[in-house]
Amino acid sequence: MPEARCPGGELGAFIILSLVTLIPAVVVVTSGNIVRSALSLIPTFLGVTGLYILLHAEFVAGIQILIYAGAITVLILFVIMLTQGGSGVRIRQINEQVPLGAMAAVWLGFLILLVVFRTPWQIDATSVPQYNVSSVGTAFLTDYMLIFEVTSLVLLVSLIGAIIIARREE
Amino acid sequence: MSASDLWSIVPELWLAGLAIFLLLVDLLTARKSLVGVVAVMGLLLSIIPIGSLLTQGARTVIFGSYAVDGFAVFFKILTVIATALVVLAAIDWLPGRSQYEGEFYALLVFTALGLVLMAASTDIILLALSIEFVSLTSYVLAGYLKGDVKSNEAGVKYFLYGAAASAVMLFGFSILYGLTGSTNLYEIARRVANAPLPALYLSIALMLSGFGFKISMVPFHQWTPDVYEGAPTPVAAYLSVASKAAGFAALVRMLMVVVDPGRLNWILLIAVLSAVSMTLGNLLALPQRNIKRMLAYSSISHAGFLLIGVAAFRGDFGTPGLLIYLLGYMFTQLGAFFVAALIGQQLGTDDIPDYAGLSRRAPVSALLMAVFMLSLTGFPPTSVFIGKFYVLAGAIDNGLLWLAIVGVVNSVISLYYYAGVIRAMYVMPAASTVPLREPAALQVALGIAGLGTLLIGLYPQPIIDLARSAVLLLRI
Repeated sequence: MPEARCPGGELGAFIILSLVTLIPAVVVVTSGNIVRSALSLIPTFLGVTGLYILLHAEFVAGIQILIYAGAITVLILFVIMLTQGGSGVRIRQINEQVPLGAMAAVWLGFLILLVVFRTPWQIDATSVPQYNVSSVGTAFLTDYMLIFEVTSLVLLVSLIGAIIIARREE
Repeated sequence: MSASDLWSIVPELWLAGLAIFLLLVDLLTARKSLVGVVAVMGLLLSIIPIGSLLTQGARTVIFGSYAVDGFAVFFKILTVIATALVVLAAIDWLPGRSQYEGEFYALLVFTALGLVLMAASTDIILLALSIEFVSLTSYVLAGYLKGDVKSNEAGVKYFLYGAAASAVMLFGFSILYGLTGSTNLYEIARRVANAPLPALYLSIALMLSGFGFKISMVPFHQWTPDVYEGAPTPVAAYLSVASKAAGFAALVRMLMVVVDPGRLNWILLIAVLSAVSMTLGNLLALPQRNIKRMLAYSSISHAGFLLIGVAAFRGDFGTPGLLIYLLGYMFTQLGAFFVAALIGQQLGTDDIPDYAGLSRRAPVSALLMAVFMLSLTGFPPTSVFIGKFYVLAGAIDNGLLWLAIVGVVNSVISLYYYAGVIRAMYVMPAASTVPLREPAALQVALGIAGLGTLLIGLYPQPIIDLARSAVLLLRI
């Protein structure tokens, strides 16, 4: 990082933001109360936003707040509200396979950490990519144009699929 | 980018337009089978723009994010044929089971578009997006029969497995991007030689989970039997053929373009996964009584066979063999599932013992089923035999003799459960002698599948030439 005048401060911020992201994430997947799970998503999304800002990706950070912390969470709460008996019900999120899954997860996590620490990462200090609105827009309409267009098709298909799943058969 | 780039993606634009047009037709007509007929016509017409790409040289279009080469064209042809056959089969199978018949055909065409995109992506973001595209439509299609608990289970199970596999694969992609600083496959290929090795291994291992899920390779295969059993039979057929083929296309492109220049030893990894998939799939298929579960386990074992072609990619046999195998397997597997659909519709059962006496009740279907079973085993002169011959030759050619031996032994084991179906149909006494009704569209689809199986087996030269030219054009 070229602008890391205070590397200790950046590391501290990273650790705090990681904790803000991870601790509520654990609540999301373990809580028996679905509303609590949904609300725990908000600090997780905000923590990720902080990580984006730390990476100088301000535009993505703004989008993250608008779409994830704002819209998606509200949408999930609406779905819970509109689903019969969704709120207030205690749902068991864990079963008897937890020890096995935990073992696999710890092993995989250990493996990934091992590789990450053993890899001599090449850090290119000269070029920080531009992350502002106009450069993102330019990328969408040049290098990533096909991806941009296909995304809209994916959204259309998801919409059709969701309607088919949600509509009542007569 | 120029206007000629748009001409190169006419097949994709045609498929997208066709799917949207089908939604409109569905809106305007009460005869839903018309939507299916229009879908088949549209898919067949798309062969014209696809064929016109055959004469052009390999290149990438739209800022290097999309490949127009023989390899992509081969998978376009395969996808379109498979989709047309599945739509044909569904025209007779679906009515009365679901209220949303028109949308079913539209979703199938959309899935075809996603598969075509998957096979031709040269950008990891586009690749991830198209895999997600295919997954989303497949989840809906697998859970299409809303009144059927097993279909619901299939949809949910497929979704949970698929979401996890995609997440792991995306993590692998992100590491690859971090190592090379580019999302373009050919750009990554130029830089990957300088990338540090341990992280590259990790990224490939994580990516394999996503591809392995799509091709139902061991150890990412657990979803296969449950999803095939619960999903509507034409959808199970589609997943086991088209989705698997596109997964192989993406895997081969990724391994050959990106991973191979990275001076790491991936061949042994793929060879071991191939041997394990073949053996485990076969052994688990042996005790199955349900035809769809049996075909699911056998499709895991065929994924292992196809992986031989991936591991033995050097030389003249491996990769062309993979393509020939995929095309031959497509006809055979689709045919077997169509017979299962027919029996499931007429008798209301998927159990193999209920196939007893089928040779007298539905002689044509029984004969075709026997051909498909022999083809899946790898008997000459059928299409899968040619594919197996080529990939095994490729394995020996690449010094993987042990893998070829595992393959031959597994072919012999598989004879047991494939022959079990033939035995039930021809030897066991029938429970009743009433002839079964054989619906027209399903019969046409079955006939084409049988014709494809035998034609490729008897006169494989055009397909071999097509596969050879497709592989030659893979590397730009």
